[in-house]
Amino acid sequence: MSLRTPLGRVLGKGSAGDGTGHWWVQRVTAVALVPLSLWFATSLLGSPLQSHEAMSQWLGRPWVAVFTILFAITLAWHSWLGVQVVVEDYVHGKGAKTTLLLLSTFLHFAAAVAAVFAVLILAVS
Amino acid sequence: MKNPRPLSPHLGVYKFTYTMSLSILHRITGIANTVGFLLFSWWLMALAGGAESYARAMQLFSTPFVKLLLVGFTFAFVYHFCNGIRHMIWDTGRGLERAQARRSGALVFFGSLLLTALVVWLGCAALAQVTP
Repeated sequence: MSLRTPLGRVLGKGSAGDGTGHWWVQRVTAVALVPLSLWFATSLLGSPLQSHEAMSQWLGRPWVAVFTILFAITLAWHSWLGVQVVVEDYVHGKGAKTTLLLLSTFLHFAAAVAAVFAVLILAVS
Repeated sequence: MKNPRPLSPHLGVYKFTYTMSLSILHRITGIANTVGFLLFSWWLMALAGGAESYARAMQLFSTPFVKLLLVGFTFAFVYHFCNGIRHMIWDTGRGLERAQARRSGALVFFGSLLLTALVVWLGCAALAQVTP
């Protein structure tokens, strides 16, 4: 049994029912992406991009693999939340909205898993 | 139940200012970055798939049309990055005055153009780099 009143339970949670959680995670992932993307971009720009050997060796290094996985997951998360906001703001038909949100969720999870899987392969081979 | 009241975001009721186009550009570049992220995952998979699949992916990236697209993706990422930092500063309650927001907007936009040019230049050098 909860000691909170029904009013107390819903106050500040808004129509989505999760309060500022969505907004906050968007900010947390944004803050994490600042150093992660700076690191990844500057590393890539100094690499021999055409060389499969050099690139796969670099991405397979333990810390590089860890931070690339973090980068990919954080990107996917931030992007997933962002697309959700855009779809909810501009797509009003219930069917189209649900379809697009589902599609976005599937795509983001698939791309995140693919990125993690790829880095793991490079790290262990 | 038909309700004629305007629903958020009811953009039609505001007088247009150029900071609005920067805000819309933040969303557009965000969506472009989603596509860029899918491309990034695909690139990682191509790299993990071996020398042949990587060579095929890099060949696709070297066609003129895709190169142009990559410049666009670069701008989208750089702009979203810089304007995102502008948003974080706003989240602390700073820089929200009209004159400040206009100044930071111009700084972000032209700064992004410059940074994009720099990244494209360095990217071309990285693509031309011969294996050590």
